[in-house]
Amino acid sequence: MTEATQIHGVLDSHGEKAAELQSVYVYEAPVRIWHWVNAAAIVVLATTGYFIASPLPSTPGEASSQFLMGYIRFAHFSAGYVLAVALLMRIYWAFVGNEHAKQIFYLPVWDRKWLSGVLYEAGWYAFLVKQPKKYIGHNPLGHLVMHLFMLNLAFLVVTGFALYSEGAGRDSWQYKLFGWVFAIWPNSQDVHTWHHLAMWGVILFVIIHIYTAVREDIVSRQSLISSMISGERVFRDEADK
Amino acid sequence: MAAIETFYDVIRRQGVTRRSFTKFCSLTAASLGLGQSAAVQMAQALETKPRIPVIWMHGLECTCCSESFIRSAHPLAKDVVLSMISLDYDDTIMAAAGHQAEAILEETKEKYKGKYILAVEGNPPLNEGGMFCIDGGKPFVEKLKWMAEDAMAIIAWGACASWGCVQAAKPNPTQATPIDKVIKDKPIIKVPGCPPIAEVMTGVVTFVTTFGRLPELDRQGRPKMFYSQRIHDKCYRRPHFDAGQFVEEWDDEAARKGHCLYKMGCKGPTTYNACSTVRWNGGVSFPIQSGHGCIGCSEEDFWDKGSFYDRLTKINHFGIEHNADEVGLAAAAVVGGAVAVHAGVTAVKRITTKHEG
Repeated sequence: MTEATQIHGVLDSHGEKAAELQSVYVYEAPVRIWHWVNAAAIVVLATTGYFIASPLPSTPGEASSQFLMGYIRFAHFSAGYVLAVALLMRIYWAFVGNEHAKQIFYLPVWDRKWLSGVLYEAGWYAFLVKQPKKYIGHNPLGHLVMHLFMLNLAFLVVTGFALYSEGAGRDSWQYKLFGWVFAIWPNSQDVHTWHHLAMWGVILFVIIHIYTAVREDIVSRQSLISSMISGERVFRDEADK
Repeated sequence: MAAIETFYDVIRRQGVTRRSFTKFCSLTAASLGLGQSAAVQMAQALETKPRIPVIWMHGLECTCCSESFIRSAHPLAKDVVLSMISLDYDDTIMAAAGHQAEAILEETKEKYKGKYILAVEGNPPLNEGGMFCIDGGKPFVEKLKWMAEDAMAIIAWGACASWGCVQAAKPNPTQATPIDKVIKDKPIIKVPGCPPIAEVMTGVVTFVTTFGRLPELDRQGRPKMFYSQRIHDKCYRRPHFDAGQFVEEWDDEAARKGHCLYKMGCKGPTTYNACSTVRWNGGVSFPIQSGHGCIGCSEEDFWDKGSFYDRLTKINHFGIEHNADEVGLAAAAVVGGAVAVHAGVTAVKRITTKHEG
């Protein structure tokens, strides 16, 4: 924790000098923007995606005066583009950003310390160890889950564009770039099914992600939620405790 | 067997006028998505090039492809397409039988080495050495490989030859196998459908025999001219889909009005075929027009993709049949429950450890 900077002289509400906190700048602005854009896009994509697979009750009147399914699909495709562009930007930032920006894109499986860290964190979640270790970036278990999520996200983008190419046509760039998906699953019905299952993968991730972020924020005495807004990770215990 | 006779010679001999002939050429060119110049090219080719012999073999199948083919309402199809492709061998509709019929195969193989088209309806079962389909005293798979050796190209008729179809559906006891998994060294055109549309079949044959080359194929080996768009893309009920107007029950008002069959499990959005444009029986109708969803008969393993009446595919890998939503919801419930329990334990732990501390 050599990067940690000491915050001196902060006063608490009683006018007493608060504990000295360690804070580290972890998440750079592009990473934070990506996180929230991604989150918003996922909410739109999951909702509209669900209604594409299981449409709302039929609309009354003439077809010429309705475009409900069209709007739902439009929202889905637009949010898909936003997510994909944001993902590209995020990948770019993995190359130019700080070391924390790179973390979720690879797993250091060759690193014994990291591997034992995964086990240790698993033990922490199984209530087997008393104190969590503190990490500036993701803890090893979080790192693993985050990496799996990124793979899931990439799968959704690839299958999503492949499905989009069905409507865009065989001459579209979407088909040229992503049509190979149909070499794996010749029947696009399977691609629909996998795309749909991957959505549930994201929902599972979101449940775990939000729970652990809130929990660690409280129990591990290190900031997670505010870190994704300010970029600073604050370790709430005194520096030399 | 007529040696170097052209298609034009044959139809003239059969009394077809030149006017009908040119009409046929322009109509075929149009159906293949080609322009006016292609019609002229086609006429020229048919007048000058020797007819390409076609050997039509039947493996494990139901002959629905042949039934469809002979009903082609395309101009001149009934008499002319059959003579035009110089169908030298087709064991279900040819006059010759037994050794006489088998002799034709040998003769064609020798005389037209590398020049004939092998059209295969159905597929070979590979289990037990191929004994589930015996043709002329030999397993069909052997006959297929033998005739494929010297063929110019192979046309895989229907879902059977292209994907496997019902005989290859799980658990596939005979190990029925699509043509492209058996013959690897020849160009193969897949013309899937159960059966394929008659006009699509004649269109493909016309293209290959007149131009002497294969039409442009897509990634799955299907001719782009007929299989590059989904039923959904050209469905006349598509406006109801975009509007969000669906048939919810088979006997509801929407069904009578002809709204979209998406919720009734129509496979139009995932099926590549020409039904919604070419239609069937001379353009009279097609399944969706008749009020029933598309069952996706030209798609891979359509028998194994769950009910024809479900929008979401059933996934069989979990013991009991469930669709993606059921699987996902169950997983979410388990994880959500685990999270709740975990949060409870965490809270209790915190309270107890604080007391200790």
